[in-house]
Amino acid sequence: MGIDNIYIRNIKNEDFKDNEYIEECLKELIANDTNVVLTKLNTLINWGRSNSVWPLTFATSCCAIEFMCLGAARYDFARFGWEITRNSPRQADVVFCCGTIVYKMAPVLKRLYNQMADPKYVMAFGNCAISGGPFKNSYNVVLGVDKIIPVDVYIPGCPPCPNAMIYGMMQLARKIKMQNFFKLSK
Amino acid sequence: MFHFSIVLNCVDKFLHVYFTDSCVLFIDFFLVGIFILVFYAVLALVLIYLERKICAFFQCRLGPMRVGPFGIFQPVADMIKILLKEVIKINGVDVFLFRLAIYLVIIASMCTFGAIPFDRGLHVIDFNMGVFYFLSISSIGVVGILLAGWASNNKYTIIGAMRSGAQLISYELSCGLSLMIIVILSGSLKLSVIVEQQFYVWNIFRGGIPTIIAFIVYLISGHAETNRGPFDLPEAESELTAGYHTEYSGIQFGFFYLAEYLNMFIVAAIASTLFLGGWMPLHIIGWDLFNEIMDHIPPIIWLFSKIFVCIFLALWVRWTMPRLRIDQLLKLEWKILMPISLVNILFMFFWMMYL
Amino acid sequence: MKIIEELLMQFSLSVSKITDKIYTVSISKEKLRQTVVFLKNNEKLLFDFLVDIIGVDYEDSFGVIYNLSSTQFPAYTVLVKTHTNDRKNPHFDSIFDLWQSAGLYEREIHDFFGIKFINNVDMRRLFLRQDWCGYPFRKDYDPSLEVNHIPFSNEKLTDMEKINDGDSIFEKNDFVVNFGPQHPSTHGVLHLRIVLDGEIIKKIDPNFGYIHRGIEKMCETYTYQQLLHLTERLDYLSGSINRHGMCLVVEKGLGLEVPDRASYVRIIIDELTRIASHLLGWGCMAMDMGSITAFIYGMRDRENIMSIFEETCGARLMANYNVIGGIINDIHPNFQRKIKRFIPYMRKMLKEHHFLFTNNPIANGRMKNVGYLSKEQAISLGATGPTGRASGWSNDVRKIDPYSAYKYVDFKEILRTDGLTFDRYIVRLDEIEESLKIIEQLIDNIPSGAYVTKTKTIIKLPEGEFYQRVEGARGEFSIFICSRGDKYPYRVKFRSPCIPLVNALKSIAIGTKIADLVMLGGSLDYVVPCIDR
Repeated sequence: MGIDNIYIRNIKNEDFKDNEYIEECLKELIANDTNVVLTKLNTLINWGRSNSVWPLTFATSCCAIEFMCLGAARYDFARFGWEITRNSPRQADVVFCCGTIVYKMAPVLKRLYNQMADPKYVMAFGNCAISGGPFKNSYNVVLGVDKIIPVDVYIPGCPPCPNAMIYGMMQLARKIKMQNFFKLSK
Repeated sequence: MFHFSIVLNCVDKFLHVYFTDSCVLFIDFFLVGIFILVFYAVLALVLIYLERKICAFFQCRLGPMRVGPFGIFQPVADMIKILLKEVIKINGVDVFLFRLAIYLVIIASMCTFGAIPFDRGLHVIDFNMGVFYFLSISSIGVVGILLAGWASNNKYTIIGAMRSGAQLISYELSCGLSLMIIVILSGSLKLSVIVEQQFYVWNIFRGGIPTIIAFIVYLISGHAETNRGPFDLPEAESELTAGYHTEYSGIQFGFFYLAEYLNMFIVAAIASTLFLGGWMPLHIIGWDLFNEIMDHIPPIIWLFSKIFVCIFLALWVRWTMPRLRIDQLLKLEWKILMPISLVNILFMFFWMMYL
Repeated sequence: MKIIEELLMQFSLSVSKITDKIYTVSISKEKLRQTVVFLKNNEKLLFDFLVDIIGVDYEDSFGVIYNLSSTQFPAYTVLVKTHTNDRKNPHFDSIFDLWQSAGLYEREIHDFFGIKFINNVDMRRLFLRQDWCGYPFRKDYDPSLEVNHIPFSNEKLTDMEKINDGDSIFEKNDFVVNFGPQHPSTHGVLHLRIVLDGEIIKKIDPNFGYIHRGIEKMCETYTYQQLLHLTERLDYLSGSINRHGMCLVVEKGLGLEVPDRASYVRIIIDELTRIASHLLGWGCMAMDMGSITAFIYGMRDRENIMSIFEETCGARLMANYNVIGGIINDIHPNFQRKIKRFIPYMRKMLKEHHFLFTNNPIANGRMKNVGYLSKEQAISLGATGPTGRASGWSNDVRKIDPYSAYKYVDFKEILRTDGLTFDRYIVRLDEIEESLKIIEQLIDNIPSGAYVTKTKTIIKLPEGEFYQRVEGARGEFSIFICSRGDKYPYRVKFRSPCIPLVNALKSIAIGTKIADLVMLGGSLDYVVPCIDR
């Protein structure tokens, strides 16, 4: 099993850049797997998990509008099965962290993340969520969501256009496919 | 036409050869239980897929299309995921009621399945008061929703639960009253009898104007009972985040999700059994050849196509209309649907007497 | 105008002019309330619209500038300036009883500068946490992480509701529900604390600051070219309009002539932005009412505008198109053709929207007879834009004080009188139609020539104050710049059109149901990052 085997429909493997992280995941996966049945089961589970990621409607600023565009007619993330946006963090799988996080919001985001059920993922949308972006000089802005919660995928842009978001979503799907579900809870 | 009870009796006799009576009864129950569970799960997957595709169609989108051909395995992926999600233990909830609520909701919708006649002789049990059974068992669901809202110890859920209580109890009235029209028409509560009576003309045409009114009232109030469409106040995504099931996670939420879709199926199934002839093919008096051709289409296809037409209607309404406000919702029931249903019963009575 | 000048002279000693329509009146702190009351109640002047209150730290003293506009002479603005030398314990008289909007503005100044307003009982911090140390807009504020670090826990709810004398704003037995900060229909991260009686709303206490990025403070450390992109991120839905305003004020300060081509294109882009914003507002309101399909339809139509932007400006949402002196690059060859194709399409779609949603009996029943905002209330709240116009208050800056090329175009200001939710809804859809008309008039007449005037690399505004207002998609957006002749502005203040809207929500939603609160929020169509700045 190699990195070429991660199958994302209609997207060639060469089209994905920055595979170092996925390769690391893969190494870990190979190192851990001994049981054939478990491996097969893991593949099946990860197929299910990677194809059904329900986002939490969490948005603070501009990137939220592009996130809405992603849900609307032209870009339509329903094609990937991501369209069931849950408003309750208990039922969501991924936080799309769209927009700047300020000091007052930081504990709220942290609480939201803690309220989510495992396995959970975080995507940092836009420059503000990655590193503070244009508001780096501000006295009140958290310089990156990863200061508060762990982030799986970073999508740069101010705001990132929906195509970039879809690319990020696919990267997350690849990551999920490379995880060992049975080791996740530990 | 083929009578399904022959097959069932065969199985029963076959089992009797090898086992004792009580053992056979047990095995029968077991088989039926398994059958209903599997059917329930598969049906839910189909409904979820349909809803997502039809919703996408109304919204000029494509809907799920990448998991399997045309995205048909999308709900399977969802199911795998939701089965494996963590179930969060929440502080401050009434644990017993919190868990009980899910079972009440799911049992209410599952029990109704037993009484639906899917084909001639293909039903779990043919009560002689089947219509009454439908009404009573489906109203257990509201207890589950109320419990879920109460036990979650959350302000949003309690508002959702109270809304749901007010809504379901109100709409049950006009729902029941419109089914009464059919009972008056056929003179029986037994579902198999009601379906058999519709051999030549479906009830909706047989009873004339009163049954058409009753059908419309039933569609509206039945739709309201499923907590969907313009009547989704208990969940009211934009108002109460996720309504009464805000605090449920993982498979617990999955159960609510399933029950929501299955309730939609049940309402459509009752509508098609009582008003649209159930599994009975379309027959027209005098057109013998036509009737024969129609008979060649299996009854189960007839039933399901009727049900899916009703479901399509429900989805159409769901994705077109904005949500009602709570006072408008109650006004619609108590000031419009309920008086109409009451007058309709009188009207039906005169229709039966003089026409 | 003479009459204004004379009356002002009568009252105060020092009246000066920034431009021929903007007067400044400097008065002592004691005479402040007296002056403001005179300006507000004088029948000839009728300066009864409090645009904004601006706080300035002059290093040796604190100044407060009351920005008043008249409903009689809407093109004229008076800036009433006052200051105090007491840096330890600065305080002014409060005017919160004169205007409904004043209370929040005073809280904002208290939050940023630590200035107390006597008699205003509610002096909580507006944007920052109640336990924040220091006042960030003071020039001697220390922004280091040691003073204020990223907090680990949520702000205590009891802290949030404590007012001056230590009492809570809520009664003991109130059923308080938190709406937000993460809630699907607060349009961002607004935090509303509402007191419920069953389904009925008794009281609303908005809590801002979950997206307060300190843009105004950041502007003080950037050059004029650099701070343009920050204006766009205030109200991101009318980003180009905000940026247009910022360019206008700097150009005015420099005395720069903008080529006609640039001002025409700027307006077309502005109007397209407005249409996009109204479409999104329409869709979000429909979604708040539970009709997701309408939202998707709105977004679908909006995508057409986005693709026009993508071609000409190079970005979808944040166009970054206006620069000081003109526009950043020339229009794309397809620009005119695409817009000409878009106009009939949009007209057709508007009809469809009316057919599908406006005439829907449920939507109609929900919107009618809910959320009455009277004209007087709208003026007192300062609720400009479509909200004010739905109440019959003519406040379109494009009409009353035409900037750029708006003087060449002919369009109607949509006014309705009832002030109900339905009117606010209809005003938005009708404004889309008017915007299409404006674009139609300009699209074929874009003059040829240069699209940008050359400016110096380092722009220094002369010493003084500069003020410009533009009509954003949500109401009057105005920019006040205090310059000391540096390449950095000394103080920049943006007037957010959205604060009054939330303030309006506070008063019109009382007595309605939860479902109505959500819908009213949609009908007022506020954008939270614009409030918090």
